Amino acid sequence: MDKLNLDQHISRQFNEDLEEIKTSMLEMGGLVEMQVGDAIRALEDADSGLAEKVIEVESRIDEMEMDIDETCTTLIARRQPAASDLRLVTAVSKAIRDLERIGDEAQKIAKMAIHLAEEGVAPRGYTEVRHIGNCVRKMLNDSLDAFSRFDAEAAIATMKDDRQVDMDYKSALREMITYMMEDPRSISRSMNILWALRSLERIGDHAKNICEHVVYLVQGRDIRHRKLDGDS
Amino acid sequence: MVNKLVTDTAAMLEEKTGSRNAVVHSTAYPEQATGSPFVKNPKMSMRNVDVFYGEKQAIFNVNVDIGQNEVIAMIGPSGCGKSTFLRSINRMNDTVDSCRVTGDLTLDGEDIYSAKMDPVALRARVGMVFQKPNPFPKSIYDNVSYGPRLHGLASRRAELDDIVEMSLHRAGLWEEVKDRLDQPGTGLSGGQQQRLCIARAIAISPEVILMDEPCSALDPIATAKIEELIAELSENYTIAIVTHSMQQAARVSHRTAYFHLGHLVEVNDTEKVFTAPEHELTEAYITGRFG
Repeated sequence: MDKLNLDQHISRQFNEDLEEIKTSMLEMGGLVEMQVGDAIRALEDADSGLAEKVIEVESRIDEMEMDIDETCTTLIARRQPAASDLRLVTAVSKAIRDLERIGDEAQKIAKMAIHLAEEGVAPRGYTEVRHIGNCVRKMLNDSLDAFSRFDAEAAIATMKDDRQVDMDYKSALREMITYMMEDPRSISRSMNILWALRSLERIGDHAKNICEHVVYLVQGRDIRHRKLDGDS
Repeated sequence: MVNKLVTDTAAMLEEKTGSRNAVVHSTAYPEQATGSPFVKNPKMSMRNVDVFYGEKQAIFNVNVDIGQNEVIAMIGPSGCGKSTFLRSINRMNDTVDSCRVTGDLTLDGEDIYSAKMDPVALRARVGMVFQKPNPFPKSIYDNVSYGPRLHGLASRRAELDDIVEMSLHRAGLWEEVKDRLDQPGTGLSGGQQQRLCIARAIAISPEVILMDEPCSALDPIATAKIEELIAELSENYTIAIVTHSMQQAARVSHRTAYFHLGHLVEVNDTEKVFTAPEHELTEAYITGRFG
């Protein structure tokens, strides 16, 4: 349900402009989600063809970011949005930055996939990649979902998932270090997995940021750099 | 009749919006204005103010403070009572026979409507600038010196000269008119005329300046000069400004009060009103969802 009444301005053109930036942002989000999924799959399957495709599509995401950014600037200049409209424009303009960064991380994972395809697969770490990969993909999906439904509660619930991702990342890191100590010859290949894990963890952080933008958009509260309820 | 309108508007909004989120509470008029209508050490304080034109009630139980050296903007759709309210606080409404103001209105704790209060003296303390620049058909000098002469603020010509120069300085007009003080005020441009009116208001050292859409007849450059002036004046005066331009309210004021059909709906810090207003009616108005 559209709780922000985007379609109820006296100016129909304004309705359309706001709807457009939201739709384009979600479209960009869809593409970024696909990129993350493809990058993880390319890494798991050592599929350099799929990895190349991820790298290629990345430039499309950059273009979308620039387009939406420009639309936001034009909208501010022409409409001087206030209150929830202003929050929508700032939330979209921040969210696309996070999406673009997620796209960058997906590209890094794809590059690691290409290295692994060339150097031979790493001995360990794929289970962790799959696990953390699934977690952050779900976070990203949930955060975009919360954005499209303007659902602050769902966004807050999703933010809490990031703590689990951070913990899983730390324990995966420890395990990878153990493997590398056991078998120093695998260090270079293991490092590729490690970088990919690091990128996945960053994707979780960006998905969390998107959730923060949703809370700001819906409730007008800035909850960045604050502890959530239930945090110790 | 008005109450029916209120419920109709509320019902219309309710129907459109369904259940709402945390920013906005309700579409009904709050008993007390939402937000922070009261301040510590108010310059002016209004309690339970009702204003009637004959049988028709124009203002409903308004409670609000105006703080010392604060710029408070009053916004709202046409007919919401913001100008009526502004005019009640320096008894400009006394000149309208059918108008009746009830409630407690005080300036520094003194009852504005008491029998002891001389309306002319009150208006010297609470000056007013109108929508349309209205200089007297006199010279620039006489426009500014008229008030001080009337109130006996200067005993010698030199003192009067000082007051005129200082007032024109503060109104940002001195440099433009210092060589032609004897020329008619009506010969100035619209923006200059409005600054002349502000100089005239300042000349009698008021404590509060009320401005009723002071820029609506001016071009953007003249408007920018007046807005700049408002910021400077707020160091020495308390200012209440009624404006139809929400951007202007956002630019110049510290707090913003939103009126709707005679009710004071919300008073909050200006940045809050324009980024995350608390009341649904405020939100609807400033985002242009109804006019």
